[in-house]
Amino acid sequence: MTDAALLKVKLGLDVFKPGKEPHIRIKPDCGRDDRLRQVIPVCPAGLYSENEKGEVILTVDGCLECGTCRIFCGPDVLEWQYPEGGTGVQYRFG
Amino acid sequence: MEKFEVIVVGAGLAGLAAAWKLAEKGVEVLVLERGDYPGAKNVTGGRLYVNPVRDLFPDLWSAAPLERYIVHEGATLMARDRSVAIDYSGDELKAEPHQSYSVLRGKFDRWLAEQVEAKGAMLLTKVRVDDVIMENGKVAGVLAGGDELKADVVIACDGVLSLVSEKAGLRKPGLPKDYAVGIKEVITLDAGVINDRFRLEGNEGAAHLFVGDVTKGCFGGGFLYTNKDSISLGLVAGIHEYAGIGPSTDVPGLLEAFKKRPEISSLIRGGSTAEYAAHVIPEGGFRAISPLYGNGILVAGDAAGFAVNIGFTVRGMEYALASGYYAGETVLKSKEKGDFSAAALSLYQRLLEESFVLQDMKNFQEAPGVLSNERLFKHYPELAGNLLKDIYAVPAGPKGRLYPTLRKALTLGEMWAQFKDMREVMKI
Ligand SMILES: Cc1cc2nc3c(=O)[nH]c(=O)nc-3n(C[C@H](O)[C@H](O)[C@H](O)COP(=O)(O)OP(=O)(O)OC[C@H]3O[C@@H](n4cnc5c(N)ncnc54)[C@H](O)[C@@H]3O)c2cc1C
Ligand code: SF4
Repeated sequence: MTDAALLKVKLGLDVFKPGKEPHIRIKPDCGRDDRLRQVIPVCPAGLYSENEKGEVILTVDGCLECGTCRIFCGPDVLEWQYPEGGTGVQYRFG
Repeated sequence: MEKFEVIVVGAGLAGLAAAWKLAEKGVEVLVLERGDYPGAKNVTGGRLYVNPVRDLFPDLWSAAPLERYIVHEGATLMARDRSVAIDYSGDELKAEPHQSYSVLRGKFDRWLAEQVEAKGAMLLTKVRVDDVIMENGKVAGVLAGGDELKADVVIACDGVLSLVSEKAGLRKPGLPKDYAVGIKEVITLDAGVINDRFRLEGNEGAAHLFVGDVTKGCFGGGFLYTNKDSISLGLVAGIHEYAGIGPSTDVPGLLEAFKKRPEISSLIRGGSTAEYAAHVIPEGGFRAISPLYGNGILVAGDAAGFAVNIGFTVRGMEYALASGYYAGETVLKSKEKGDFSAAALSLYQRLLEESFVLQDMKNFQEAPGVLSNERLFKHYPELAGNLLKDIYAVPAGPKGRLYPTLRKALTLGEMWAQFKDMREVMKI
């Protein structure tokens, strides 16, 4: 299991440009969907977690735009688009 | 409203290759890229094999910002507590022209885009394509940042999710079993230290793949490539295998554990991580390729699903470059006839079938099925480790004869299972 603080430090090494609004949203009433629960350990940036009500929540800051959650959960559960042009992660090495 | 001859979505390898081919012939081509610069959103392992694409872009390679040419090929079976490695090197890997190079996309794509612009293509960065414009059942352009941009033909080179071909109705969202996620760190290290640690001279480089404990016995594996003054270290993991895997393992944690392995930690000692990246990879092979063309649209690179994983090599970049090239060639032919219908654009499929792109995809179409056998990732690394442990062990008393030692591990049941696995592996 990854150390959340360490992962934050790693994400802090990347260049991110803020956007106006979140580019990924959990669709209304989907917070308890099994696909979301299952994607928690797969997101490379560790951005999915479960809150005290047992719903899965997403903090989109630090998103690497990898596409894993889009593939795994699909558009029924997530409103998923890339961040608007010129925002989001900007890899220097890639 | 603007009208162009061709709009390319995505300035990755596929998009830049298509624009290159078209601009070279004087076609008016607009490339739209959502990143701050080409490469800003792109991730690879990575190693580029130049041979398959050398002649398609003849004047490109001598000045390209490639990192190191690979002269050491390593493969390690990583068991929980030990590992077994092979290292291949040979005069042929040192001889020019070199067959493969390590590459960093942040540098390479940006440079390639400059070459493409010099040929006359127009590149707009920081522009996200939001939708396609459909007219009479034909793709007639794209919507980007509120602007309508029209074109005779759109080439979707927007990478593995290809939301553009989804919007055009060409494909549905991909299935988890057909994709893996790759995560990677670029770790900076002095060039001289890299040379000493990996037994390299000058600009020679090393590539190393790892299977087994690195993905906790699930589909996937680790990779290490030496760049000029950094190391690309990462792993690829089948998406569906980790879903809900439980509290003990998660994907970011796999990379942390991999870095702590003694086989790795000594290689990256003193280095500092400069970047952490992640990206999905198409792994479904031939059967998962998406439709390649429609009325007014072509699909190239990862967007089409062109990637081959046969365990010891993972390739997508050459297919992206070549499919972009053939998409460009198709558009040139369509332009001569003034016909951008699906029927005219079907030439693209034929060109790909005649090239290494679809021939490789077909030749290795059994690979995803064969590699879904978890014994390859769980059992064999442990078995190989245990065999070598017993062979190399010298006890206090007399050492047992080798043959009975081997037979203890290689029971009839085990050999039968290996025979069956081998029969499958022979399909690759
Ligand atoms: C970890 C990892 C390791 C790999 N290792 C290797 C390797 O060693 N060798 C190898 O050959 N292959 C490897 N691959 C695969 C290889 O990287 C890909 O096949 C290759 O990058 C595909 O190139 P592409 O041009 O098709 O797509 P991409 O490089 O993904 O380019 C797509 C472009 O489209 C842009 N875009 C997307 N949507 C939009 C939009 N709506 N509007 C505007 N722009 C958009 C993106 O910003 C991006 O620039 C690896 C992949 C990963 C993730
Ligand atoms: S796109 Fe990747 S990094 Fe972003 S939230 Fe989804 S899984 Fe996490």
